[in-house]
Amino acid sequence: MPIFEQGDVKIDVDEDGFMEEPEQWNEKVAMALATTEGVNELTERHWKLVNYLRDYYAKFGIAPMIRKLCKETGFSLKEVYEMFPSGPAKGACKVAGLAKPTGCV
Amino acid sequence: MSERFDKKPDELVQIDHKPPRKSWMDPKVEFRRGFFNYSANPKSVEYLGLPYARKWQPTDADWKLPPNWKEIILDGLRERIHRFRSLQLFMDICVRCGACADKCHYFIGSGDPKNMPVMRAELLRSVYRKEYTAAGKIMGEMAGARELTVDVLKEWFYYFFQCTECRRCSVFCPYGIDTAEITMVGRELLNLVGCDIDWITTPAANCFRTGNHLGIQPHGFKDSVEFAIDDLESIIGIKTAPSINRKGAEILFVVPSADYFGDPHYFGFLGYMALFHEIGLDYTFSSFASEGGNFGLFHSHEMMKRLNSKIYMEAKRLKVKWIIGAECGHMWRVLHQYMDTMNGPADFLEEPVSPITGTKFENAKTTKMVHIAEFTADLIKNGKLKFDPTRNDAYKVTFHDSCNPARAMGLLEEPRYVLKNVCNYFYEMPENTIKEQTFCCGSGSGLGTDENLEMRLRGGFPRGNAVKFVKDKYGVNMLCCVCAIDKATLPAVVDYWAGDVGVCALHELVGNALIMKGEKERDTDLRGEPLIGKEGGK
Repeated sequence: MPIFEQGDVKIDVDEDGFMEEPEQWNEKVAMALATTEGVNELTERHWKLVNYLRDYYAKFGIAPMIRKLCKETGFSLKEVYEMFPSGPAKGACKVAGLAKPTGCV
Repeated sequence: MSERFDKKPDELVQIDHKPPRKSWMDPKVEFRRGFFNYSANPKSVEYLGLPYARKWQPTDADWKLPPNWKEIILDGLRERIHRFRSLQLFMDICVRCGACADKCHYFIGSGDPKNMPVMRAELLRSVYRKEYTAAGKIMGEMAGARELTVDVLKEWFYYFFQCTECRRCSVFCPYGIDTAEITMVGRELLNLVGCDIDWITTPAANCFRTGNHLGIQPHGFKDSVEFAIDDLESIIGIKTAPSINRKGAEILFVVPSADYFGDPHYFGFLGYMALFHEIGLDYTFSSFASEGGNFGLFHSHEMMKRLNSKIYMEAKRLKVKWIIGAECGHMWRVLHQYMDTMNGPADFLEEPVSPITGTKFENAKTTKMVHIAEFTADLIKNGKLKFDPTRNDAYKVTFHDSCNPARAMGLLEEPRYVLKNVCNYFYEMPENTIKEQTFCCGSGSGLGTDENLEMRLRGGFPRGNAVKFVKDKYGVNMLCCVCAIDKATLPAVVDYWAGDVGVCALHELVGNALIMKGEKERDTDLRGEPLIGKEGGK
């Protein structure tokens, strides 16, 4: 299994770089993972999105639907892509330590 | 780490059709990035109770196969040859005329000769010859027979997961050989030794664990439906009231889980809710059957049966009369071609009759499950719905026939009939790319993920090219389709090959145009985009 290492962050990840053990997530991990998604700095706006995802994940064990994410954070899908260039699922969810959604998505 | 795909369409379309120098009998495959899928997560393999869960990847030299792997595969092949007469027929009858060769989107887009359907089947057929035919046993390679080796097994993995089971080739085969059935058996055999891909195994495991491929738990499903109710109300000004797990409802409504998760699927989900509210349909969702899709079809006959049974168990438990199925692709192949002899006939349900029009759906007499496009087309035909198609005037629409509803159940005219009623601008793609001859999205049968993106784009080239044609000719800017995999994967394909064309659900357009009793004046469509003439707001 691949291991992602950066600075003093060392975590198990899947082939796409998503966390294998979401419990190991912390802010440092988020910042390290963000660099793999072309995000070099996590601003307040980034954290708003990441924290929303974390909160939803804690309640439901999965990422929220994209429409809900946008409506409840107030960001348009375009803005989400501006913050996380690979998009809400691949970019934002990865940084928030969530698993990659599977199926017809 | 995410990789950006940086090859340009001009570069990708330089397809070399010169056959390689080495003989086709040489099974050696190079697992190049972008062309294959990751192996199944062992946790999901175990969850499904399948054998040989382990960590391995196709790029590893050692796939950690069980010691008696060859015996397992050959026994498995023997068993299936006896079980499926069709398989034996398909193994024996092919005369290699080549009618199928250039009909496969993967062959067209890759130029790899082993992606010709005839050749893909030959990979299995050569082993069949070695084991089952006198000529093959005696003359070996001269009779087209090959020994089963680890390299042959790896070659199977590579090519059986480069077939989307779309069945376009079978339309052109003079013998009616169904390559999808061959691929299905190839995958089943690989599964016997624990060689599946994760994009199939994990959704199937999720479906058992939470009711759907995405792994959405019942309270998450409820949360999503409640969100959709509020979201829809803000657009149409009416609070719809769908129910979940309600016993005694007349109809169970089954949707693919991406409809209440993904974009653009979700806007079709709003469309269903608006439509059912308007006609006062007595229906319920189910959190146990919260998935129409059946990734079991891509895995094995047993898994397909297990997943399909959930819908019928739930129909029984909730005591509904019959079932409506939503815009889903392969669900309809399972329903239309396997369900009756697999889990049916569903005699405990009633023969479907539309409560609004009284129409008897004769074609669903035994499965008791009606396709929503057919249900809606019948409502329109009987004058039960009022539309304002100008609400879709921002869209110049073309229709992609999703492989399974089109080729596996013959749903060709109903979606078009609906489209022509709900929008003013509808244009067909060239006739050899639609209806029975429709080209696959290039990502079906569990291949719609990221690591094989180059292969998906290559496979999507014929469809993307046809979209570009109508875009250039008529200004088409919206591709409508009735399958969740299409909605998930066509945006990337169309963006790459045609550019600036959106993808939408049929019932998104229905929901946009539907005039509802008591609705507020609509300023936006279901996406929240201002309607033409309402750009400045109120």
